[in-house]
Amino acid sequence: MTMSPSEAANPTAAPTPSRVIRLDRERLLGILLPVAVFLAAIAAWEALVRLNDIPPYVLPSPSRIGEALVRDWGVLSGSLLVTLKITVSALLAAIIGGVALAILFAQSRWIELSFFPFAVILQVTPIVAIAPLLLIYLEPNTAVLVCAFLVAFFPILSNTALGLASADHNLRNLFDLYGASRLKQLLYLRLPAALPFFLGGLRIGGGLALIGAIVAEIAAGTAGQGSGLAFRIVESGYRLNIPRMFAALVLISVAGILIFLIFTLLSHLLLRRWHESAAAREN
Amino acid sequence: MTPAPTRFPLLSAPLVSLRGVGKTFSNGTVALARLDLDVRPGELLSLLGPSGCGKSTALRILAGLGEATSGAVDWPGAAAGADHRGEIGFVFQEPTLMPWATVADNVWLPLRLKGVPRRAAMPRIEEALARVGLASFAASYPRELSGGMKMRVSIARALVTRPALLLMDEPFAALDEITRFNLNDDLVRLKNELGCTVVFVTHSVYESVYLSTRIVVMAARPGRVVAEIAVDEPPARDASFRRTAHYADLCRRASEELHGAMAPDAHL
Ligand SMILES: Nc1ncnc2c1ncn2[C@@H]1O[C@H](COP(=O)(O)OP(=O)(O)O)[C@@H](O)[C@H]1O
Ligand SMILES: [Mg+2]
Repeated sequence: MTMSPSEAANPTAAPTPSRVIRLDRERLLGILLPVAVFLAAIAAWEALVRLNDIPPYVLPSPSRIGEALVRDWGVLSGSLLVTLKITVSALLAAIIGGVALAILFAQSRWIELSFFPFAVILQVTPIVAIAPLLLIYLEPNTAVLVCAFLVAFFPILSNTALGLASADHNLRNLFDLYGASRLKQLLYLRLPAALPFFLGGLRIGGGLALIGAIVAEIAAGTAGQGSGLAFRIVESGYRLNIPRMFAALVLISVAGILIFLIFTLLSHLLLRRWHESAAAREN
Repeated sequence: MTPAPTRFPLLSAPLVSLRGVGKTFSNGTVALARLDLDVRPGELLSLLGPSGCGKSTALRILAGLGEATSGAVDWPGAAAGADHRGEIGFVFQEPTLMPWATVADNVWLPLRLKGVPRRAAMPRIEEALARVGLASFAASYPRELSGGMKMRVSIARALVTRPALLLMDEPFAALDEITRFNLNDDLVRLKNELGCTVVFVTHSVYESVYLSTRIVVMAARPGRVVAEIAVDEPPARDASFRRTAHYADLCRRASEELHGAMAPDAHL
């Protein structure tokens, strides 16, 4: 059989040279512009502090913060590791628990309905409010972990549950037609269909796990023997070591950015061949 | 002359038939009322009717995807209680492909669900893709294909199990006319090559005449059969058929039946 030309896939036409140059320039600008603005803001901050002679215990300059970062690296890197470990363990637990529960929900509407109140209560109750309570019942370290888990858990659960339910109805009919078992339907249809939703939940949950860990540690205050970054912030505050406070803050931001970047990259790698959200748009 | 039912009982018996099938949905909609329909081996039967007359419902009941509220689905040649779903291929109006899977993996699906490993299924996947002219697109993803090509993949997937019965629910309705004509020709050719039986749902008079060996015209509210037209033209057809007086005559007849079927609902 021959394919009519109108139907044949249009192989990506080679872009004209001028277009390539313009695209490259646009991309370069897209990187340079935000970097330049960011550096300018830092420089302005530095200038502001120096020109006004603001003392470091009020507002440290970026260079002072950098200094603290280097000088206290031994303490701070240890704390960074603690915070990252809590965040990652909480996130792993949230992934396992969230996906497992979502799969359970997908099996029957009744199961979903009966668990629904708990899910909603967990979702709408601000975690800061639960943290002191958890600190009464649990050891501080465990309490922090549970807090981080609880906030990361819900977006992963609800996104995955939505994804599992979103598989195309006619595809489900097709699976029925070929007599597919529930397990095969889950493995070959529902889980792949849920993947983009799950990854979206993961990106939200990753950020929230970090926030949950920080918030719980701050709630734990000096009671926390754990020495995560939030503990360092509280501690530095008491000691009026403001540059170190800022340095810890910078590390928290960096950790958050890293988590976001890792999951964005993961999303891109897993979805770029087939999902509209990740595939390059060609006009 | 009496046929020879004693020697070839299956030759004259329908492959599958609906006997007095009724379908009322839980919201009270009566989609079908006492529908009688024989699907004969080797024919290309069109169900032609206005939208909402229960064509899809009838097709789904034939496939075993929906339960009839009354009446029965009969497979005269098969043992009672046998599961026929394995012998059926189904093509929906949308291509209904898995976007995360390559073209080859989409076509593999029916075999995969039957437990055939990919390596063992590969020759049949390649054959099915070659039949629809997509042999070189096995590694592509659905989003990289045009609408017509996606529909071809969908057809290849339905054919990969070599079904005795191919059910198609307005498969080309969403495609442009040129693509639709090409796919019509391909369907005629595939059906004649494979010798399978096809039930083809459409609301296009021209499509039904061009493709079918028999047209059943349905009317709505409640869904029922109002007319039957035998298309007495050899099954191997090409575009020249569209220019014959016979084609024009058949189209006119089918049109009249269709409009007759819609007359009571003229206000719609
Ligand atoms: N799941 C459903 N629930 C309620 N009514 C339905 C459902 N599916 C179809 N119907 C109704 O049944 C009638 C026949 O539908 P359908 O078989 O899809 O018609 P066709 O395919 O000929 O357009 C229509 O009136 C439609 O609204
Ligand atoms: Mg329909």
